[in-house]
Formats: sequence, C-alpha cells, structure tokens
Amino acid sequence: MTEKILTRNFDRADAHTLGAYRETGGYTGWEKARTMEPAGITEEVKKANLRGLGGAGFPTGMKWSFVPKNHTGPVYLVINADEGEPGTFKDRYLLERDPHALIDGMLIAARAVRCEKAFVYIRGEYVEPYRRFAAAVKEAYEAGLLGDGLDIVVHRGAGAYICGEETGLISSLEGKKGWPKVKPPFPAIKGAFGMPTIVNNVETIAHVPHIVNRGAAWFAGLGTKTMGGTRIYSVSGRVKRPGIYEESVGITLRQLIDRAGGVSGNGRLKGVVPGGSSAPILRADEIDVTMDVDGLRNAGTMAGSAGVIVMDETVSIPEALMVVARFYAHESCGQCTPCRESTGWIYKMSERILSGHGRKEDLDTILDVAKRGAGTTICAFYDGAVGPYISYIEKFRDEFEALVTDGAGTRARATPAPVAR
Amino acid sequence: MTTVRMEFSAEQLAEVRRLQGLYPDPRGALLPVLHMAQDAFGHIPLAAEEYVAGLFGLSPAHVHEVVTFYTLYFQQPKGRHVVAICHNISCYLAGAPRILEHVKQRLGVDVDETTDDGRVTLQSVECLCACEHAPMMQVDDRYEFDLNPEKVDRILARLR
Repeated sequence: MTEKILTRNFDRADAHTLGAYRETGGYTGWEKARTMEPAGITEEVKKANLRGLGGAGFPTGMKWSFVPKNHTGPVYLVINADEGEPGTFKDRYLLERDPHALIDGMLIAARAVRCEKAFVYIRGEYVEPYRRFAAAVKEAYEAGLLGDGLDIVVHRGAGAYICGEETGLISSLEGKKGWPKVKPPFPAIKGAFGMPTIVNNVETIAHVPHIVNRGAAWFAGLGTKTMGGTRIYSVSGRVKRPGIYEESVGITLRQLIDRAGGVSGNGRLKGVVPGGSSAPILRADEIDVTMDVDGLRNAGTMAGSAGVIVMDETVSIPEALMVVARFYAHESCGQCTPCRESTGWIYKMSERILSGHGRKEDLDTILDVAKRGAGTTICAFYDGAVGPYISYIEKFRDEFEALVTDGAGTRARATPAPVAR
Repeated sequence: MTTVRMEFSAEQLAEVRRLQGLYPDPRGALLPVLHMAQDAFGHIPLAAEEYVAGLFGLSPAHVHEVVTFYTLYFQQPKGRHVVAICHNISCYLAGAPRILEHVKQRLGVDVDETTDDGRVTLQSVECLCACEHAPMMQVDDRYEFDLNPEKVDRILARLR
C-alpha cells in the first residue's frame, strides 16, 4: 500500500482546521522554504518531477522558471480550483478536508515565483468547498501566515467548464466571459491583468510542502522515471467502491480498478476512461498500463485529471458517446468555429444514431470532422472532445454499426434526456 | 423596460468597493458582484445588468455578455429553490435519467421550468464532480448524494 501523503488527514473530522494541520507537521514546509532562495525552491520542485495534476501534466518547476527574471512588476499565482472534468472530484476533497495544505503550498510557490498576491478560482457550484477554504484563509490571516508577504483572494466562478482552461480562467478572473486566449504569450510571460501569472492546480500545489520537507529525491522516487509522487485518482462508474484513491503514479490501471473493489454491473469490464472524459477510452485488454503521464500517452490516451470512469459490458458505448457529446456541445465556449460547430453537430448525430435514425455514413462523418478539427482551435477543449468521439467509435464500432445498419427503426435501450441549452 | 428599481444598500455598496479593491483591476470583481446582485434581487434582469455596469464603469453589453455566458446566473426569476440533477457520464451510468424523470413527475415541471407555486426550478446539468456518489444533484448550496426515488422524495419534501 502506498503511503498516504495528500490524503493522510482525510479521515480526521477536524482535518480542515489550522490546529489539526499544524499537529501533523503543517506549515513546516513553509518554515523551511522561507529560509531558501526562490530559485532553490524551483530547482527542488523540478528535481522532484512534479507534473501538473489538473490535466495537462506540464512539469511544474519548469512552468515556474518561465517567469521573466528581469520583470519588476507584480507576479500572480492563480490556483485552478475550477474542477469540472467529468469523472474528477479530487480537488473537492482537498479544498474541504485539507485546505491548509493548499495554503502551505501557495506560500512556498509564491516565494519561488516572487508573488505577493494569489488568487484561488473555485468553481461556482462548489459552495461548501468555497466556505471551507475561505475559512482556512481567514485562520491563516489570523495566525499571521498570510498578510505578511502574501495575500490570497478567494474567487468564485459562475458555472462554465471552459474556465478550467488556464487562459479561460484568466479571462474569467478579469471579469469577462471565460474565453481562452491565444498563446503565446503564455501566462507565465503575460497572464492575469497583463502580468506574469503561474496557474497551478490545487493538488499540484498541495504536494509542494511535502517536496520541500522531505526532498526532491524522495518525491521523485514515489513515481516513475518521468513523473514523481502520488496522485489522487477519482474512480467512478461501474466499480464496487467508487471514491478517491491516493496511489503512486506508477500504479497500473488494472491495479487501480482492483483497489476500487473491481468491476460492478455484470462484473466484466468493457472499457475505462483513465483521465477524465476527454481522455480516449481503453478497452478491457488495454489496462495493464501505468497511470503516469507518459505511460498513458504511450497507450494512446492521457492521464488528464486522473478521473477514472469504469464501464462494464452492459454499458452502451453509443449512449456514453451521446452523454459526453452533449457535454462538449454545451460547454464549448463558442469562440472557435471548428469547436463550436462540430461539438453541436456531433452531439446531434450521436442522438440520431442512438434513436435508430442514424445513417451508415454518420460514423465516418464524425471521425472525419473530429480529426480535421483537432489542433485548429485556440485551446485544448476541442482536442479533448475528439478523444471520446474518435476512440469510442474506433474501438467499439460494432456497437455503433448495430444501431445504424438497418436504418430507421432500431431503438436504443434508453431514451436520452433532453439537453438544456 | 422594467420599472423595478434595483440598487444595493449602503452596506452592500461598501462590500462592492471592498471586492473591487481586491483585484489589480476592479473589473476582476465583476463575477463576485454579480453573485451579490443575484442574491439581492433574486435574478439578474437587464436593469440589474445596467446597474452593475454602472458600478464598474463598464458597458451594459459587457455585463450582459458575462451574465449570459455562465450557467449560475439567472436572467429570469427562479424558484425559491433550484434542483440541479447531474446528467453527465458517471451519474448517467448510475441511473440519472430515471432520477430526472422521477423529479419531473413529482414536481410537474420539465427541465428549466419552475413550479407554479414558485417553489422549485428544475435543471439538468453537466458534471458537478461528485461522481463517487452518483447519481447526485445539487439543491441550492448543497450536494445531495447517492440518490434513489425515496431519498429524492424526502429531499423535495423539505423544500418550502
């Protein structure tokens, strides 16, 4: 069993309080970091092989090092707590059960990038996590941890998946609709309010105090050669014990499903989405892969946000496609034509296929539209959407063909719920 | 044109100024202030957008663009309670469509409608990120987990 690091206090009823956090070694990472040179902190995080745990998997220390050295104005640290990737729920736990770990990590990260003002962007629906985190910030101010070198502003979003994309988040933080911005310039050069900005995920930053305390080598050793540490897997769908599981990033998908009690439903696995709904699906015979960024990339999918969605043999993949296609159609921000149009039309086609009115050519049309649009838009949203479009159809084509071969008249198992747009 | 006057109290205005002072550019406080406006006025009609725009020196068009972009802002009056049922993949696999049908029947409304007595507005929404407790829903500020028809009935009965 892997040592619990991020989740070690989750069973304590008072885990969210400053007292409980301090009792278990809290803020000693910050105490140590404040005696270190900023560049030394970044170097340690680089050596630890910490990679962003929000979805992109970018090396955290490297991101920090992109802040221009000769910049004399403010630098902002923005925590992305806009958790929204379907199948992911780890940051909700961190905000509710260990909010001081995030503040501890923010103090250290802020020192590394010379930031005096940080923002925590929490999705609007997370009211209870927001209250918990805001209360922890208040405690930290009263204890003198904040307000003397670093201020934290807790910001509530208002409902939009795209604001989890870092430049969409920045637009939203600036008081605009959450439209992603063209890169370059990257946020580390020119981000929120026109200033160098580091955007990091909640879980990523919660790891930082432990790296400072116990050293880069220890953290790197917990994972694989190219990605250090543990991470919190959100496991849901057809498993016997859905929930969060903190494990090494070197765990295999098969082992992780076992940790969650194994497959429920009819007990036989059909497919697994390993990293949130944007990650291409893996078939039952493809789950002997390690869950680190590179392991899953080599398997043709992605680690993403570590939201693992398990589907047993009784799940209809065409139904699953309709559900995720509805999501991407609803959440496309509308800025780029390929994404706005394709997500809408592919959703309609997925419904048509499911209702028994699909045409034989629909499957290839979806694949064609998906493949043409990928890489042509401002942000990675559409690239994420095509993950399920392509992989569901290519890996489970027979299920789709069974619905379209005899043209009109085939009825799917369930009638899809109408979408609210 | 609406004739309802929408203005914050002196205390609320002080809160607006405090929020604006937290951001390098006061416009960063637009989303929080729109949350305040919705709490104060029940929803955000055009008149409220214009009022808030004035507090920021922004065009009403900018505020309208923001209000219409985000799902948590209501342009029309909503019920005293909002019941939002997750319909994304993990909840779907756990029977969310049946839960939604059940709630529709119990309330006698369709998605995005409000009961005649103004008690509940029903929504069918994207992932609320509590997939380990699927099927689930949000009732106002609270997440309600591991739903079945009986549990849903108990929750609905508490809403006044």
